[in-house]
Amino acid sequence: MENVIEIENLKKSFNGSEVLKGISLTVKKGENLVVLGKSGQGKSVTIQCVVGMIEPDEGSIKVLNKEINELDEQELKDIRGRIGFLFQHAALYDSMTVRENLAFPLKRVLKVKDEAEIEQRSVEALEAVGLADAIDKMPSDLSGGQRKRMGLARTLIVKPEIILYDEPTTGLDTITSKEISRLILSIREKYKASSIIITHDMSCARITADRIVIMNDGKCIAEGTYEQLENSSDTFINSFFKI
Amino acid sequence: MKETITLKIKDLFEDIGNQATFVGSFFRNIFRNGFEWNELIRQCYLIGLKSLNIVLITGFVLGFVLTLQSLPTLQQFGAEGYVPNMVSISIFREIGPVITSLICAGKIASGIGAELGSMKVTEQIDAMDVSGANPIQYLVVTRILACTFMVPLLVLFADAVSLLGGYVGTSTAGGMTAALYFSKSFSSLVFSDFFPAFIKSIFFGFTIGFVGCYKGFKANKGTESVGIAANSAVVAASVWIIILDAVAVQLTSIFVYNQ
Ligand SMILES: Nc1ncnc2c1ncn2[C@@H]1O[C@H](COP(=O)(O)OP(=O)(O)O)[C@@H](O)[C@H]1O
Ligand SMILES: [Mg+2]
Repeated sequence: MENVIEIENLKKSFNGSEVLKGISLTVKKGENLVVLGKSGQGKSVTIQCVVGMIEPDEGSIKVLNKEINELDEQELKDIRGRIGFLFQHAALYDSMTVRENLAFPLKRVLKVKDEAEIEQRSVEALEAVGLADAIDKMPSDLSGGQRKRMGLARTLIVKPEIILYDEPTTGLDTITSKEISRLILSIREKYKASSIIITHDMSCARITADRIVIMNDGKCIAEGTYEQLENSSDTFINSFFKI
Repeated sequence: MKETITLKIKDLFEDIGNQATFVGSFFRNIFRNGFEWNELIRQCYLIGLKSLNIVLITGFVLGFVLTLQSLPTLQQFGAEGYVPNMVSISIFREIGPVITSLICAGKIASGIGAELGSMKVTEQIDAMDVSGANPIQYLVVTRILACTFMVPLLVLFADAVSLLGGYVGTSTAGGMTAALYFSKSFSSLVFSDFFPAFIKSIFFGFTIGFVGCYKGFKANKGTESVGIAANSAVVAASVWIIILDAVAVQLTSIFVYNQ
């Protein structure tokens, strides 16, 4: 099957300390890849490299068959329009209503001008995340779980081919976490997007993952399905799966 | 000791370089497709309106105080008739633009610094960037242009109100009629009192917008950096205004008054 993301030997240092020491991973079309790892292992840095927010020191990143670090400004914008990025704290535009938050990428990235179309697509995106009644609220009126949903709606509205989730369930209670995890799964069905899901929430990993990569000390140290890794004989890998 | 100094100097030059890059991207993004007209108008409205009250009050008080202060001295020479001329010239040439801009630095630059700083810290600016939208175009171009347009306008308002303050000042001292006061004020004003001052307030406005945006975008992670952004925006904008004013005064006296 076709790969939508191919990362090879990715290296990155900050102020002399090496955070990524040669990451290689691929995401196939339509696949949900979960990246597991402790805090501060460079998981966020990895997906920030994928969208060109951080420039790597070494290595290659191919996204949708384009080498990210060789793109000019306009090409990078175009490819970013095809990638959705869900920030850990949702990063909602808090001076705008939910409606304006949703219209923002539609108007500026997809250049949709027709108000009726904007309205229809906003409602559709909100319905997909189960937040249809919040369209006239301000982000500050939303709960933690609702903010995540809202961030997801703003990502989905441009119909991205790839979605990058940075800790989608962190900071939520267990029940809301499970709801978000199931939502991620249903979005894959509906939008046919491929995803990287960064998490250290094992229930999220179990629900969403087609395949799991474990990152530690700047490297990918294991790869497999949830069942394969759960039954691994390696004690470190195993420690993720113990309750 | 020596190392910290070299480090400080290195930081300084890095900062200058970053500011130059920021100005460059501002100018490049003005002419990009998709200019944010609506946001520009909204920012003009917000920036103008937010500072109007305080600018008007200050303008009035400036005219009033300046009049009361100079009256006794001029009376000693029997020259109290020249109060309106003196007040209007000093306000239009110098005090109006500088004081108004310093007040706008406190009000507007800190507001922009805090707003963009908190957007940066909560990753809203990154989110815009990563979504393929253009945060410089949406946030920076609109705010800098709005300041560049609105600050000179606010200066004009302050100038006008200060004349009123001056009149109230003379009338408390049992001075002249309103008609005489204002005709004296205006008769002493010539184009060269007004025009260089107007040009420099455009630069002051640009500086206020630029410094606010730059400090906001420079905020790094952490809530306290929002406060730092707001605070350092006011300080830097005020210092720049004073430096620019000194340069402007020199240039004006060379090229306009031919001294
Ligand atoms: N922009 C940056 N500048 C400097 N250091 C950074 C930056 N981004 C991340 N780091 C550092 O890289 C390390 C990995 O961070 P991150 O990828 O956020 O970890 P996590 O795996 O928890 O997502 C951390 O030590 C962090 O301090
Ligand atoms: Mg992280």
